[in-house]
Amino acid sequence: MNAIFRSRWWSFGFRTTIMLYFVLLIVLPIIGIYTQSFELGWQPFWDSVSDPLAWRSVLLTIRLSVIATVINVLLGTMIGWVLIRYRFPGRRLLNSLVDLPFALPTAVGGLMILLLLGPNSFAGGLAEKFGIEIVFHEPAIVIAMVFVTFPFVIRAVQPLLEELDKSEEEASYTLGASKSRTFFHVIFPSMLPGILSGAMLAFSRALAEFGAVVLVAGNIPGKTLIASVYIFGEIESDNPQGAAAVSVLLLTLSFIILWAVNLVQTRRLGK
Amino acid sequence: MKKLWITLTYLVFILLLVVPIVKIFTGAWQEGWSGFIEALSRKQSLHALMMTGMIVVIVTAINTIFGVMLALYLVRATWLGRRLKQLLNSVVDLPFAVSPVIGGLMIVLMLGPSSIMGAFFEDIGFKVVYALPGMVLATLFVTFPLMVREVMPLLQEIGSQQEEAASTLGAYSWYTFWHVTWPSIRWGVIYGIVLTVARSLGEFGAVLVVSGNIMNKTQTATTLVYQDVENFNVTAANGVALVLAAFSVGLLLIMEWAKKRKEVH
Repeated sequence: MNAIFRSRWWSFGFRTTIMLYFVLLIVLPIIGIYTQSFELGWQPFWDSVSDPLAWRSVLLTIRLSVIATVINVLLGTMIGWVLIRYRFPGRRLLNSLVDLPFALPTAVGGLMILLLLGPNSFAGGLAEKFGIEIVFHEPAIVIAMVFVTFPFVIRAVQPLLEELDKSEEEASYTLGASKSRTFFHVIFPSMLPGILSGAMLAFSRALAEFGAVVLVAGNIPGKTLIASVYIFGEIESDNPQGAAAVSVLLLTLSFIILWAVNLVQTRRLGK
Repeated sequence: MKKLWITLTYLVFILLLVVPIVKIFTGAWQEGWSGFIEALSRKQSLHALMMTGMIVVIVTAINTIFGVMLALYLVRATWLGRRLKQLLNSVVDLPFAVSPVIGGLMIVLMLGPSSIMGAFFEDIGFKVVYALPGMVLATLFVTFPLMVREVMPLLQEIGSQQEEAASTLGAYSWYTFWHVTWPSIRWGVIYGIVLTVARSLGEFGAVLVVSGNIMNKTQTATTLVYQDVENFNVTAANGVALVLAAFSVGLLLIMEWAKKRKEVH
Protein backbone atom coordinates (compact mmCIF):
# COMPACT_ATOMS: atom_id res chain seq x y z
CA MET A 1 0.00 0.00 0.00
CA ASN A 2 2.73 2.34 1.00
CA ALA A 3 4.61 1.60 -2.21
CA ILE A 4 1.62 2.38 -4.38
CA PHE A 5 1.00 5.59 -2.53
CA ARG A 6 4.58 6.60 -3.01
CA SER A 7 4.66 5.79 -6.69
CA ARG A 8 1.48 7.75 -7.28
CA TRP A 9 3.01 10.78 -5.60
CA TRP A 10 6.08 10.27 -7.68
CA SER A 11 4.26 10.25 -10.96
CA PHE A 12 2.14 13.20 -9.90
CA GLY A 13 5.30 15.11 -9.06
CA PHE A 14 6.84 14.21 -12.38
CA ARG A 15 3.81 15.30 -14.35
CA THR A 16 3.60 18.60 -12.55
CA THR A 17 7.30 19.31 -13.01
CA ILE A 18 7.29 18.58 -16.73
CA MET A 19 4.13 20.54 -17.42
CA LEU A 20 5.29 23.44 -15.28
CA TYR A 21 8.60 23.51 -17.12
CA PHE A 22 6.76 23.52 -20.43
CA VAL A 23 4.43 26.35 -19.46
CA LEU A 24 7.10 28.46 -17.74
CA LEU A 25 9.66 28.11 -20.52
CA ILE A 26 7.48 28.40 -23.62
CA VAL A 27 3.99 29.67 -22.91
CA LEU A 28 4.61 32.30 -20.28
CA PRO A 29 7.29 34.27 -22.17
CA ILE A 30 5.11 34.47 -25.28
CA ILE A 31 2.15 35.73 -23.27
CA GLY A 32 4.53 38.08 -21.51
CA ILE A 33 5.67 39.77 -24.70
CA TYR A 34 2.09 40.32 -25.88
CA THR A 35 1.03 41.84 -22.57
CA GLN A 36 4.16 44.00 -22.43
CA SER A 37 3.52 45.57 -25.79
CA PHE A 38 -0.15 46.30 -25.03
CA GLU A 39 0.44 47.19 -21.39
CA LEU A 40 -0.13 50.89 -21.95
CA GLY A 41 -2.96 50.34 -24.39
CA TRP A 42 -3.14 50.65 -28.15
CA GLN A 43 -1.70 54.10 -28.50
CA PRO A 44 1.91 53.42 -27.49
CA PHE A 45 1.83 50.18 -29.46
CA TRP A 46 0.63 52.05 -32.51
CA ASP A 47 3.22 54.77 -31.98
CA SER A 48 6.05 52.25 -31.85
CA VAL A 49 4.87 50.36 -34.88
CA SER A 50 4.11 53.42 -36.98
CA ASP A 51 7.61 54.80 -36.50
CA PRO A 52 8.84 54.89 -40.11
CA LEU A 53 12.05 53.07 -39.23
CA ALA A 54 10.04 50.30 -37.59
CA TRP A 55 7.54 49.59 -40.34
CA ARG A 56 10.14 50.06 -43.02
CA SER A 57 12.32 47.43 -41.39
CA VAL A 58 9.36 45.04 -41.20
CA LEU A 59 8.44 45.63 -44.84
CA LEU A 60 12.05 45.20 -45.92
CA THR A 61 12.26 41.94 -44.01
CA ILE A 62 9.10 40.62 -45.64
CA ARG A 63 10.21 41.66 -49.11
CA LEU A 64 13.68 40.13 -48.84
CA SER A 65 12.30 36.98 -47.21
CA VAL A 66 9.94 36.53 -50.13
CA ILE A 67 12.83 36.84 -52.58
CA ALA A 68 14.94 34.37 -50.57
CA THR A 69 12.01 31.95 -50.38
CA VAL A 70 11.40 32.08 -54.12
CA ILE A 71 15.08 31.37 -54.78
CA ASN A 72 14.98 28.51 -52.32
CA VAL A 73 11.84 27.02 -53.84
CA LEU A 74 13.50 26.92 -57.26
CA LEU A 75 16.83 25.60 -55.98
CA GLY A 76 15.23 23.24 -53.48
CA THR A 77 12.83 21.66 -55.94
CA MET A 78 15.63 21.08 -58.39
CA ILE A 79 18.07 19.70 -55.83
CA GLY A 80 15.45 17.52 -54.14
CA TRP A 81 14.59 16.08 -57.53
CA VAL A 82 18.19 15.49 -58.59
CA LEU A 83 19.18 13.88 -55.28
CA ILE A 84 16.27 11.45 -55.30
CA ARG A 85 15.92 10.62 -58.97
CA TYR A 86 19.43 10.53 -60.37
CA ARG A 87 22.34 8.31 -59.43
CA PHE A 88 25.70 9.96 -59.83
CA PRO A 89 29.05 9.98 -58.04
CA GLY A 90 28.98 12.10 -54.90
CA ARG A 91 25.22 11.94 -54.44
CA ARG A 92 25.41 10.68 -50.85
CA LEU A 93 27.94 13.32 -49.93
CA LEU A 94 25.78 16.10 -51.34
CA ASN A 95 22.78 14.69 -49.55
CA SER A 96 24.53 14.94 -46.21
CA LEU A 97 25.88 18.38 -47.02
CA VAL A 98 22.31 19.69 -47.31
CA ASP A 99 22.04 19.88 -43.52
CA LEU A 100 25.20 21.94 -43.14
CA PRO A 101 23.41 25.29 -42.71
CA PHE A 102 21.45 23.78 -39.79
CA ALA A 103 24.60 22.55 -38.11
CA LEU A 104 26.66 25.67 -38.67
CA PRO A 105 26.31 28.60 -36.25
CA THR A 106 24.54 31.41 -38.08
CA ALA A 107 27.19 33.92 -37.04
CA VAL A 108 29.78 31.74 -38.76
CA GLY A 109 27.53 31.70 -41.84
CA GLY A 110 27.48 35.48 -41.83
CA LEU A 111 31.22 35.67 -41.45
CA MET A 112 31.67 33.31 -44.41
CA ILE A 113 29.60 35.54 -46.65
CA LEU A 114 31.51 38.57 -45.45
CA LEU A 115 34.85 36.89 -46.22
CA LEU A 116 33.75 35.66 -49.63
CA LEU A 117 31.98 38.72 -50.93
CA GLY A 118 33.43 41.47 -48.79
CA PRO A 119 35.20 44.51 -50.19
CA ASN A 120 38.65 42.91 -50.03
CA SER A 121 37.68 39.61 -51.56
CA PHE A 122 38.03 38.45 -55.14
CA ALA A 123 34.30 38.13 -55.81
CA GLY A 124 33.53 41.40 -54.07
CA GLY A 125 36.15 43.24 -56.10
CA LEU A 126 34.81 41.76 -59.31
CA ALA A 127 31.24 42.78 -58.49
CA GLU A 128 32.39 46.26 -57.61
CA LYS A 129 33.98 46.65 -61.02
CA PHE A 130 30.61 45.98 -62.59
CA GLY A 131 29.00 48.41 -60.21
CA ILE A 132 27.13 45.82 -58.18
CA GLU A 133 27.26 46.26 -54.46
CA ILE A 134 26.72 43.10 -52.47
CA VAL A 135 27.94 43.29 -48.91
CA PHE A 136 26.18 45.86 -46.70
CA HIS A 137 23.41 46.00 -49.27
CA GLU A 138 20.27 44.01 -49.97
CA PRO A 139 21.87 41.22 -52.05
CA ALA A 140 24.00 40.16 -49.09
CA ILE A 141 20.92 39.91 -46.88
CA VAL A 142 19.17 37.75 -49.44
CA ILE A 143 22.24 35.52 -49.77
CA ALA A 144 22.42 35.13 -46.00
CA MET A 145 18.73 34.20 -45.86
CA VAL A 146 19.08 31.72 -48.72
CA PHE A 147 22.03 30.11 -47.00
CA VAL A 148 20.28 29.74 -43.66
CA THR A 149 17.01 28.40 -45.08
CA PHE A 150 18.61 26.23 -47.74
CA PRO A 151 17.66 22.79 -46.30
CA PHE A 152 13.94 23.40 -45.72
CA VAL A 153 12.46 22.94 -49.18
CA ILE A 154 14.82 20.08 -50.08
CA ARG A 155 14.01 18.17 -46.92
CA ALA A 156 10.27 18.73 -47.39
CA VAL A 157 10.25 17.64 -51.04
CA GLN A 158 12.44 14.54 -50.75
CA PRO A 159 10.07 12.23 -48.82
CA LEU A 160 7.23 13.07 -51.21
CA LEU A 161 9.34 12.18 -54.23
CA GLU A 162 10.39 8.93 -52.60
CA GLU A 163 6.77 8.02 -51.93
CA LEU A 164 5.67 8.89 -55.45
CA ASP A 165 4.29 5.94 -57.31
CA LYS A 166 6.38 5.38 -60.41
CA SER A 167 3.53 3.66 -62.23
CA GLU A 168 1.55 6.90 -62.50
CA GLU A 169 4.48 8.50 -64.24
CA GLU A 170 4.97 5.53 -66.51
CA ALA A 171 1.28 5.49 -67.35
CA SER A 172 1.55 9.11 -68.37
CA TYR A 173 4.47 8.34 -70.68
CA THR A 174 2.68 5.33 -72.13
CA LEU A 175 -0.29 7.50 -72.93
CA GLY A 176 2.05 9.64 -74.99
CA ALA A 177 2.60 12.63 -72.75
CA SER A 178 5.84 14.48 -73.17
CA LYS A 179 8.43 14.79 -70.41
CA SER A 180 7.53 18.33 -69.45
CA ARG A 181 3.79 17.55 -69.59
CA THR A 182 4.27 14.57 -67.30
CA PHE A 183 6.31 16.68 -64.93
CA PHE A 184 3.77 19.47 -64.66
CA HIS A 185 0.65 17.30 -64.57
CA VAL A 186 1.76 14.21 -62.67
CA ILE A 187 4.93 14.83 -60.67
CA PHE A 188 4.59 18.47 -59.76
CA PRO A 189 1.13 18.22 -58.12
CA SER A 190 2.35 15.52 -55.77
CA MET A 191 5.44 17.58 -54.89
CA LEU A 192 3.40 20.68 -54.27
CA PRO A 193 2.46 20.11 -50.59
CA GLY A 194 6.13 19.58 -49.78
CA ILE A 195 7.19 22.66 -51.71
CA LEU A 196 4.51 24.71 -49.96
CA SER A 197 5.27 23.63 -46.42
CA GLY A 198 9.02 23.85 -47.06
CA ALA A 199 8.60 27.32 -48.50
CA MET A 200 6.55 28.51 -45.55
CA LEU A 201 9.04 27.16 -43.06
CA ALA A 202 11.87 28.79 -45.00
CA PHE A 203 9.94 32.06 -45.10
CA SER A 204 9.28 32.13 -41.38
CA ARG A 205 12.91 31.27 -40.70
CA ALA A 206 14.08 34.03 -43.04
CA LEU A 207 11.82 36.51 -41.25
CA ALA A 208 13.39 35.55 -37.95
CA GLU A 209 17.01 35.34 -39.07
CA PHE A 210 19.44 37.48 -37.14
CA GLY A 211 22.94 36.06 -36.77
CA ALA A 212 23.88 35.71 -40.41
CA VAL A 213 22.21 38.94 -41.45
CA VAL A 214 23.49 41.27 -38.75
CA LEU A 215 27.08 40.70 -39.88
CA VAL A 216 26.55 41.33 -43.59
CA ALA A 217 23.70 43.84 -43.73
CA GLY A 218 25.50 46.97 -42.64
CA ASN A 219 22.30 47.80 -40.74
CA ILE A 220 21.67 51.25 -42.18
CA PRO A 221 18.34 52.43 -40.70
CA GLY A 222 15.60 52.59 -43.30
CA LYS A 223 17.77 50.94 -45.93
CA THR A 224 19.29 47.64 -44.85
CA LEU A 225 17.96 47.38 -41.32
CA ILE A 226 15.80 44.29 -41.03
CA ALA A 227 13.22 43.72 -38.33
CA SER A 228 15.16 41.43 -36.02
CA VAL A 229 18.17 43.75 -36.08
CA TYR A 230 15.82 46.69 -35.43
CA ILE A 231 14.46 44.86 -32.38
CA PHE A 232 17.98 44.21 -31.19
CA GLY A 233 18.82 47.90 -31.59
CA GLU A 234 15.76 48.93 -29.60
CA ILE A 235 16.75 46.58 -26.77
CA GLU A 236 20.29 47.96 -26.80
CA SER A 237 19.01 51.52 -26.64
CA ASP A 238 16.83 50.56 -23.68
CA ASN A 239 13.43 50.79 -25.31
CA PRO A 240 11.88 47.40 -24.50
CA GLN A 241 8.38 48.66 -25.25
CA GLY A 242 9.26 49.52 -28.86
CA ALA A 243 11.14 46.26 -29.25
CA ALA A 244 8.16 44.32 -27.91
CA ALA A 245 5.72 46.09 -30.27
CA VAL A 246 7.69 45.17 -33.41
CA SER A 247 8.25 41.70 -31.99
CA VAL A 248 4.51 41.20 -31.66
CA LEU A 249 4.08 42.14 -35.29
CA LEU A 250 6.72 39.68 -36.41
CA LEU A 251 5.57 36.94 -34.04
CA THR A 252 1.96 37.11 -35.14
CA LEU A 253 3.07 36.76 -38.74
CA SER A 254 5.23 33.74 -37.90
CA PHE A 255 2.46 32.11 -35.91
CA ILE A 256 0.05 32.45 -38.81
CA ILE A 257 2.60 30.82 -41.10
CA LEU A 258 3.25 28.00 -38.65
CA TRP A 259 -0.47 27.40 -38.35
CA ALA A 260 -0.77 27.28 -42.15
CA VAL A 261 2.06 24.74 -42.33
CA ASN A 262 0.25 22.58 -39.79
CA LEU A 263 -2.91 22.85 -41.85
CA VAL A 264 -1.15 21.76 -45.04
CA GLN A 265 0.51 18.84 -43.27
CA THR A 266 -2.57 17.54 -41.50
CA ARG A 267 -4.54 17.76 -44.70
CA ARG A 268 -1.89 15.70 -46.45
CA LEU A 269 -1.91 13.08 -43.71
CA GLY A 270 -5.69 13.03 -43.70
CA LYS A 271 -5.85 12.28 -47.41
CA MET B 1 19.04 17.14 -69.76
CA LYS B 2 19.96 14.90 -66.83
CA LYS B 3 23.60 15.98 -67.06
CA LEU B 4 22.57 19.62 -66.99
CA TRP B 5 20.55 19.20 -63.79
CA ILE B 6 23.33 17.32 -62.03
CA THR B 7 25.87 19.95 -63.04
CA LEU B 8 23.58 22.71 -61.80
CA THR B 9 23.13 20.92 -58.48
CA TYR B 10 26.87 20.58 -58.07
CA LEU B 11 27.28 24.22 -58.92
CA VAL B 12 24.81 25.35 -56.26
CA PHE B 13 26.41 23.15 -53.62
CA ILE B 14 29.90 24.29 -54.43
CA LEU B 15 29.04 27.98 -54.53
CA LEU B 16 26.70 28.04 -51.55
CA LEU B 17 28.23 25.48 -49.19
CA VAL B 18 31.66 24.22 -50.16
CA VAL B 19 33.42 27.44 -51.10
CA PRO B 20 32.34 29.29 -47.91
CA ILE B 21 33.49 26.42 -45.68
CA VAL B 22 36.83 26.24 -47.47
CA LYS B 23 37.13 30.00 -47.12
CA ILE B 24 36.73 29.76 -43.34
CA PHE B 25 39.49 27.15 -43.21
CA THR B 26 41.90 29.06 -45.43
CA GLY B 27 41.01 32.42 -43.91
CA ALA B 28 42.05 31.28 -40.46
CA TRP B 29 45.50 30.41 -41.82
CA GLN B 30 45.96 33.75 -43.53
CA GLU B 31 48.63 34.76 -41.06
CA GLY B 32 49.94 31.26 -40.67
CA TRP B 33 49.79 28.88 -37.78
CA SER B 34 50.87 31.55 -35.29
CA GLY B 35 48.03 33.88 -36.23
CA PHE B 36 45.53 31.13 -35.65
CA ILE B 37 47.06 30.15 -32.30
CA GLU B 38 47.21 33.79 -31.28
CA ALA B 39 43.54 34.33 -32.09
CA LEU B 40 42.57 31.32 -30.06
CA SER B 41 44.85 31.81 -27.10
CA ARG B 42 43.55 35.26 -26.31
CA LYS B 43 42.04 35.32 -22.85
CA GLN B 44 38.59 36.21 -24.17
CA SER B 45 38.65 33.38 -26.74
CA LEU B 46 39.42 30.74 -24.14
CA HIS B 47 36.79 32.15 -21.84
CA ALA B 48 34.20 32.36 -24.61
CA LEU B 49 34.83 28.78 -25.69
CA MET B 50 34.53 27.65 -22.08
CA MET B 51 31.21 29.48 -21.71
CA THR B 52 29.90 27.88 -24.88
CA GLY B 53 31.00 24.47 -23.64
CA MET B 54 29.25 24.96 -20.31
CA ILE B 55 26.02 26.09 -21.96
CA VAL B 56 26.10 23.16 -24.38
CA VAL B 57 26.53 20.64 -21.55
CA ILE B 58 23.86 22.09 -19.25
CA VAL B 59 21.32 22.72 -22.01
CA THR B 60 21.78 19.31 -23.60
CA ALA B 61 21.32 17.52 -20.28
CA ILE B 62 18.18 19.42 -19.29
CA ASN B 63 16.66 19.41 -22.77
CA THR B 64 17.20 15.67 -23.18
CA ILE B 65 15.51 14.71 -19.92
CA PHE B 66 12.59 17.07 -20.23
CA GLY B 67 12.20 16.53 -23.96
CA VAL B 68 11.95 12.76 -23.69
CA MET B 69 9.55 12.99 -20.75
CA LEU B 70 7.34 15.51 -22.48
CA ALA B 71 7.27 13.43 -25.65
CA LEU B 72 6.21 10.41 -23.57
CA TYR B 73 3.41 12.38 -21.97
CA LEU B 74 2.21 13.95 -25.20
CA VAL B 75 1.98 10.57 -26.89
CA ARG B 76 0.98 8.24 -24.08
CA ALA B 77 -0.60 10.11 -21.20
CA THR B 78 -4.24 9.32 -20.66
CA TRP B 79 -4.66 12.02 -18.04
CA LEU B 80 -4.38 14.70 -20.72
CA GLY B 81 -7.53 15.22 -22.74
CA ARG B 82 -7.32 14.80 -26.51
CA ARG B 83 -7.98 18.47 -27.18
CA LEU B 84 -5.44 19.61 -24.62
CA LYS B 85 -2.88 17.24 -26.07
CA GLN B 86 -3.41 18.68 -29.54
CA LEU B 87 -3.06 22.19 -28.23
CA LEU B 88 0.15 21.39 -26.34
CA ASN B 89 1.42 19.59 -29.38
CA SER B 90 1.19 22.69 -31.52
CA VAL B 91 2.65 24.86 -28.75
CA VAL B 92 5.81 22.73 -28.83
CA ASP B 93 6.69 24.17 -32.24
CA LEU B 94 6.35 27.79 -31.21
CA PRO B 95 10.07 28.39 -30.55
CA PHE B 96 10.71 27.55 -34.21
CA ALA B 97 8.54 30.49 -35.18
CA VAL B 98 10.08 32.92 -32.70
CA SER B 99 13.08 34.91 -33.83
CA PRO B 100 16.01 34.23 -31.48
CA VAL B 101 16.26 37.94 -30.73
CA ILE B 102 12.62 37.95 -29.64
CA GLY B 103 13.27 34.85 -27.54
CA GLY B 104 16.03 36.75 -25.78
CA LEU B 105 13.84 39.82 -25.39
CA MET B 106 11.16 37.71 -23.71
CA ILE B 107 13.59 36.55 -21.07
CA VAL B 108 14.88 40.07 -20.49
CA LEU B 109 11.31 41.33 -20.12
CA MET B 110 10.32 38.57 -17.71
CA LEU B 111 13.45 38.27 -15.63
CA GLY B 112 15.36 41.47 -16.30
CA PRO B 113 16.33 43.80 -13.45
CA SER B 114 13.25 45.97 -13.97
CA SER B 115 10.73 43.12 -13.80
CA ILE B 116 9.07 41.79 -10.64
CA MET B 117 10.62 38.36 -10.81
CA GLY B 118 14.01 39.73 -11.77
CA ALA B 119 13.99 42.12 -8.84
CA PHE B 120 13.09 39.26 -6.54
CA PHE B 121 15.97 37.12 -7.76
CA GLU B 122 18.32 40.06 -7.56
CA ASP B 123 17.34 40.56 -3.93
CA ILE B 124 18.31 37.05 -3.00
CA GLY B 125 21.59 37.56 -4.83
CA PHE B 126 20.85 35.41 -7.87
CA LYS B 127 21.56 37.09 -11.15
CA VAL B 128 19.60 35.73 -14.10
CA VAL B 129 19.86 38.18 -16.96
CA TYR B 130 23.36 39.20 -18.06
CA ALA B 131 24.61 36.01 -16.40
CA LEU B 132 24.88 32.31 -17.11
CA PRO B 133 21.36 31.26 -15.94
CA GLY B 134 19.69 33.61 -18.39
CA MET B 135 21.88 32.39 -21.24
CA VAL B 136 21.02 28.79 -20.39
CA LEU B 137 17.32 29.70 -20.28
CA ALA B 138 17.51 31.42 -23.67
CA THR B 139 19.24 28.42 -25.23
CA LEU B 140 16.74 26.04 -23.63
CA PHE B 141 13.91 28.03 -25.15
CA VAL B 142 15.45 27.88 -28.61
CA THR B 143 16.35 24.17 -28.51
CA PHE B 144 13.12 23.04 -26.86
CA PRO B 145 11.31 21.50 -29.86
CA LEU B 146 14.28 19.55 -31.20
CA MET B 147 14.19 16.59 -28.82
CA VAL B 148 10.39 16.37 -28.54
CA ARG B 149 10.01 16.39 -32.31
CA GLU B 150 12.57 13.61 -32.77
CA VAL B 151 11.15 11.27 -30.14
CA MET B 152 7.40 11.74 -30.66
CA PRO B 153 7.09 10.08 -34.11
CA LEU B 154 9.10 7.08 -32.89
CA LEU B 155 6.81 6.62 -29.90
CA GLN B 156 3.76 6.90 -32.12
CA GLU B 157 5.21 4.34 -34.48
CA ILE B 158 5.99 1.63 -31.95
CA GLY B 159 2.58 1.90 -30.32
CA SER B 160 1.81 1.14 -26.71
CA GLN B 161 1.14 -2.60 -26.95
CA GLN B 162 4.52 -3.81 -25.76
CA GLU B 163 4.56 -1.35 -22.89
CA GLU B 164 1.08 -2.39 -21.83
CA ALA B 165 2.10 -6.03 -22.00
CA ALA B 166 5.10 -5.32 -19.81
CA SER B 167 3.07 -3.50 -17.19
CA THR B 168 0.35 -6.16 -17.24
CA LEU B 169 3.07 -8.68 -16.51
CA GLY B 170 3.87 -6.64 -13.44
CA ALA B 171 6.90 -4.60 -14.53
CA TYR B 172 7.43 -1.27 -12.81
CA SER B 173 7.10 1.81 -14.96
CA TRP B 174 10.81 2.51 -14.69
CA TYR B 175 11.62 -1.03 -15.73
CA THR B 176 9.17 -0.84 -18.63
CA PHE B 177 10.75 2.37 -19.82
CA TRP B 178 14.33 1.09 -19.76
CA HIS B 179 13.70 -2.35 -21.18
CA VAL B 180 10.81 -1.81 -23.55
CA THR B 181 10.53 1.82 -24.61
CA TRP B 182 14.13 2.99 -24.50
CA PRO B 183 15.64 0.48 -26.98
CA SER B 184 13.24 1.60 -29.68
CA ILE B 185 13.62 5.33 -29.18
CA ARG B 186 17.38 5.24 -28.50
CA TRP B 187 18.58 6.41 -31.89
CA GLY B 188 15.97 9.12 -32.05
CA VAL B 189 17.20 10.44 -28.71
CA ILE B 190 20.80 10.38 -29.89
CA TYR B 191 19.83 12.25 -33.03
CA GLY B 192 17.96 14.75 -30.88
CA ILE B 193 21.02 15.21 -28.68
CA VAL B 194 23.20 15.93 -31.70
CA LEU B 195 20.69 18.50 -32.97
CA THR B 196 20.52 20.11 -29.52
CA VAL B 197 24.30 20.31 -29.25
CA ALA B 198 24.55 21.84 -32.71
CA ARG B 199 21.87 24.41 -32.01
CA SER B 200 23.13 25.39 -28.56
CA LEU B 201 26.69 25.61 -29.88
CA GLY B 202 25.61 28.01 -32.59
CA GLU B 203 22.91 29.99 -30.78
CA PHE B 204 23.61 33.65 -31.26
CA GLY B 205 20.65 36.03 -31.28
CA ALA B 206 18.97 34.96 -28.06
CA VAL B 207 22.24 34.68 -26.18
CA LEU B 208 23.47 38.04 -27.44
CA VAL B 209 20.40 39.80 -26.07
CA VAL B 210 20.35 38.01 -22.74
CA SER B 211 24.07 38.00 -22.04
CA GLY B 212 24.84 41.63 -22.77
CA ASN B 213 28.02 40.26 -24.41
CA ILE B 214 30.37 41.24 -21.61
CA MET B 215 33.90 40.22 -22.46
CA ASN B 216 35.46 37.57 -20.21
CA LYS B 217 32.19 37.25 -18.35
CA THR B 218 29.18 36.35 -20.46
CA GLN B 219 30.71 36.19 -23.90
CA THR B 220 30.20 32.98 -25.87
CA ALA B 221 32.09 31.82 -28.93
CA THR B 222 29.46 33.07 -31.37
CA THR B 223 29.09 36.46 -29.74
CA LEU B 224 32.89 36.78 -29.71
CA VAL B 225 32.92 36.18 -33.47
CA TYR B 226 30.36 38.96 -33.79
CA GLN B 227 32.37 41.34 -31.66
CA ASP B 228 35.60 40.60 -33.51
CA VAL B 229 33.92 41.32 -36.83
CA GLU B 230 32.47 44.56 -35.49
CA ASN B 231 35.98 45.53 -34.40
CA PHE B 232 37.33 44.72 -37.88
CA ASN B 233 39.50 42.00 -36.41
CA VAL B 234 38.53 39.49 -39.09
CA THR B 235 41.48 37.13 -38.66
CA ALA B 236 40.70 36.63 -34.99
CA ALA B 237 37.03 36.11 -35.77
CA ASN B 238 38.11 33.56 -38.31
CA GLY B 239 40.08 31.55 -35.80
CA VAL B 240 37.14 31.18 -33.44
CA ALA B 241 34.75 30.59 -36.34
CA LEU B 242 37.01 27.81 -37.57
CA VAL B 243 36.74 26.00 -34.25
CA LEU B 244 32.95 26.33 -34.37
CA ALA B 245 32.78 25.23 -38.00
CA ALA B 246 34.98 22.21 -37.32
CA PHE B 247 32.65 21.20 -34.49
CA SER B 248 29.61 21.61 -36.74
CA VAL B 249 31.11 19.48 -39.48
CA GLY B 250 31.91 16.82 -36.89
CA LEU B 251 28.33 16.98 -35.61
CA LEU B 252 27.07 16.67 -39.17
CA LEU B 253 29.03 13.44 -39.55
CA ILE B 254 27.57 12.07 -36.30
CA MET B 255 24.12 13.15 -37.53
CA GLU B 256 24.55 11.10 -40.70
CA TRP B 257 25.68 8.10 -38.70
CA ALA B 258 22.76 8.39 -36.25
CA LYS B 259 20.30 8.82 -39.09
CA LYS B 260 21.49 5.59 -40.65
CA ARG B 261 21.18 3.73 -37.35
CA LYS B 262 17.75 5.22 -36.80
CA GLU B 263 16.56 3.88 -40.13
CA VAL B 264 17.86 0.39 -39.38
CA HIS B 265 16.09 0.13 -36.04
